[in-house]
Amino acid sequence: MSNDNLSVISLVSIGEHPTSRRPRRAEQDARAIELGLKLVGNNLQTLHAGQVSDDPRQQTALRSYLGMGLAEINLLEMPEQADAILVLAEHLKQQNSDIILTGVRAESGESSGMLPYLLAEQLGMAMVTSVTDILSVDEVNKQAEVLQALPRGQRRKLKVDLPFVASVDMAAALPRQSAFGPAMRGQFEATLGGIFADQESPLWQTTDAKKRPKRLKIVKAKTAADRFKAATAKASGGGGKVVHGVEESAQAILDLLVEEGLV
Amino acid sequence: MSSSEFLSQFLFTLISAALLLTLIGAVKRVLLWSQGQSSTVHWRGLLQIPRRYLVDLHHVVARDKYMSNTHVATAGGFVLSAILIVLLYVFQLQLQLLTWALLGSSLLMFVGSIFVMIRRRNPPPNLSLGKWQRLPKSLMVFSLSFFILTLPATGILPSDTGGWLLALLLVIGIIWGIGEMFFGMTWGGPMKHAFAGALHLGLHRRQDRFGDGQSTGLKAIDLTANKLGVEKPVDFKWNQLLSFDACVECGRCENNCPAFAAGQPLNPKKLIQDMVIGMAGGDDAKFAGSPYPGIKVGTHKGGAIIPIVNILVESETLWSCTTCRACVEACPMMIEHVDAIVDMRRFETLEKGQTPGKGNEILENLSATDNPNGYAPNTRMNWAADQNLTVFGHNADKQEVTQADVLLWIGDAAFDMRNQRTLRAIIKLLRAANVDFAVLGDAECDSGDLARRLGDEANFQRLANSNIETMNQYNFNTIVTADPHAFHCLKNEYGELGGNYNVLHHTGFFAELVNQQKLKLDNSKELALTYHDPCYLGRYNGEYDAPRFLLESMGVKIKEMQRSKSTARCCGGGGGAPVTDIPGEQRIPDMRMADVTETKAEIVAVACPQCNLMLEGVVEPRPEVKDIAELMLDALIESTGEGVVADQVGGGS
Repeated sequence: MSNDNLSVISLVSIGEHPTSRRPRRAEQDARAIELGLKLVGNNLQTLHAGQVSDDPRQQTALRSYLGMGLAEINLLEMPEQADAILVLAEHLKQQNSDIILTGVRAESGESSGMLPYLLAEQLGMAMVTSVTDILSVDEVNKQAEVLQALPRGQRRKLKVDLPFVASVDMAAALPRQSAFGPAMRGQFEATLGGIFADQESPLWQTTDAKKRPKRLKIVKAKTAADRFKAATAKASGGGGKVVHGVEESAQAILDLLVEEGLV
Repeated sequence: MSSSEFLSQFLFTLISAALLLTLIGAVKRVLLWSQGQSSTVHWRGLLQIPRRYLVDLHHVVARDKYMSNTHVATAGGFVLSAILIVLLYVFQLQLQLLTWALLGSSLLMFVGSIFVMIRRRNPPPNLSLGKWQRLPKSLMVFSLSFFILTLPATGILPSDTGGWLLALLLVIGIIWGIGEMFFGMTWGGPMKHAFAGALHLGLHRRQDRFGDGQSTGLKAIDLTANKLGVEKPVDFKWNQLLSFDACVECGRCENNCPAFAAGQPLNPKKLIQDMVIGMAGGDDAKFAGSPYPGIKVGTHKGGAIIPIVNILVESETLWSCTTCRACVEACPMMIEHVDAIVDMRRFETLEKGQTPGKGNEILENLSATDNPNGYAPNTRMNWAADQNLTVFGHNADKQEVTQADVLLWIGDAAFDMRNQRTLRAIIKLLRAANVDFAVLGDAECDSGDLARRLGDEANFQRLANSNIETMNQYNFNTIVTADPHAFHCLKNEYGELGGNYNVLHHTGFFAELVNQQKLKLDNSKELALTYHDPCYLGRYNGEYDAPRFLLESMGVKIKEMQRSKSTARCCGGGGGAPVTDIPGEQRIPDMRMADVTETKAEIVAVACPQCNLMLEGVVEPRPEVKDIAELMLDALIESTGEGVVADQVGGGS
């Protein structure tokens, strides 16, 4: 695919490993870069809003994107308390990008998954969620064909008008290995971002997340083959059905509640 | 002018010219080597060449008695003859003694060459053909020509015997002989091994290997360099390039390589020859030995400034290696195949990010969690929840200590249910012997062995530095570990980063305890048992005796496998080979288990968690796999509380 005139920007953040909590290359952002590299090769631009931390581990995490073969990461410098969306939006408005790639949800920080939506709103662009691939871009008609991930391995092909924001799903192609040498030698191109204080988050109340109650899995299997099936099969959604009509819907809900012993 | 006068004048011209050409060739060869990167020049090693040749090299050659005797006769005869020829025909010393000596030396060489010829009549597949098949004929022609030439000079035959016809034959023979033996030595003939080999012995990158020494740890690289690892032949150190030229294509490496035997695309001999092709430029069409299994000879080419991987050598070739060091151990020229392979892997991983198989995942896990399978770092000690272990630390409330006699290094066996059994056995044995020991707990990281051998030097240095920093906070005398890979790293590779420790493998440590009667073992059981030497304990660290001593202390008569001790076949688990998982025709552990079965043993004793996993992965029915520590625990005679030895007293030692 030759998309020489296409302008693609991939946004990257610093991820966090789920068990060790160490900073790392965020899995979805890395997939976004992989997708961007496939689409436009070395013309891919990469943007990170934040500062290069003094913590070497944070720096290594950010550098690991460079290790995928990027010459540089553009750094939009902003204080930690600033509203990243407004800073990014202001910067991206001047870029005339065709496609902006992000992850679905950050691995650290607020991790609300709202960034791509709010950014698209600010920029007045379309927003496609959970993209696994961009199949083709028609630069004449300003249209792209993208593949969207749906639950249980389903895919949906969509036509989207350029420019658009796409959040890249975990189901997208695996990111290439990050190599240490290029990661250490890649550059950060820093520009000063606008000053937008985060108006909202200081007003929020935060509490620790509680573990949600989880239904115990009762394996009734008698044979090893059954146990194997029970262990490997995805929760079968056999009960799922689309119910039309108010009466029927209400009845279906009531049946479920009775079945669960809640009414 | 008589034919003999003509011969003597002709020889002066011929030999002088040949020597000049040889010298020019030598300079050209040295220039090829000097394309490499700088490395310490061990000038004093040059003085050691004769000793290293006669002792260290012959120690390896002598594993094949036929060949060592043949080589002594041929090479000894040649070296002597060459010196005498120069004295007699270039410096024209007219000494009868020298003439007689030349007669003797050329005869010696001739006898040797007959044996070379016999061996080459039906050459085994590890020997290269092509120009190497020519060599015995050349040796014969050379030695015979000078022998006949010398006969009249000694007075045995009247001068001018044979007249001009013999003179003509001698001229032809001498031109052939000198061409092969002098000119060919520096212009790429089979005799190149003598010239490059001698210099390589003197200037070897691992000077510690000579005189019964050992040097097996990989060498660290500067991570701030502009290029990490070896991309092109010129990225090797100059003395590595020299070492490649020393290869005699004897194929002993090939005979010992587990990957080659398994049909994976690696042949250490071909790899070294490919490095020579890379250094000098050209293609591999003339290579006359066994190919890399599954890859046709003649399809690859290279040059000094052409990238190696996938042009000269396929990446699968590099990643098939288990770093078992069998090739290095077998090599009479002391070539370091594993160093070269890891150097090239470093470029693949650190610069290209192309570690195959599960490499990427494993290395990311090591970065994020300090263990290869990505378990949460704070679950490292979960296996020992019931063991009540003393942990090193500064928190007195948790009864942590800062001092103990022994630091027990757990390793990644902590996360593996099979090897946890070995760890439990070790702990019981340590307690039975009243050893004062403690563990690092969650602060312990993977030793870095796997990362380093997958080429990720950055990850290795991070892990090693972290471990060194942790260990330097505490006082202990000895590190004991059940993992030979960690043992090797801690003992031989942490030193370069500032961590110098007294490290023992558990078999070495327990052997000492048994010796001192602190552990008493029942030796009445009769076990049909064989022992599998782990590469990183045996070949890497020379420990063959302690495990055997322990087994014998249990009354076991070990049914040794044909390939044991320094020639033991690898289990297939080293060097990240299970991670990169390059396909072959059969699996290395299956071949090793076949070796075990051949001895009719019912148990194979191992001393390495990796060997344990690889050999237990072989499908049943097969002999049982048990770590020596587990066997010891079975045979342990425990003292009762009052110190009275249980009634079943073990005799013997």
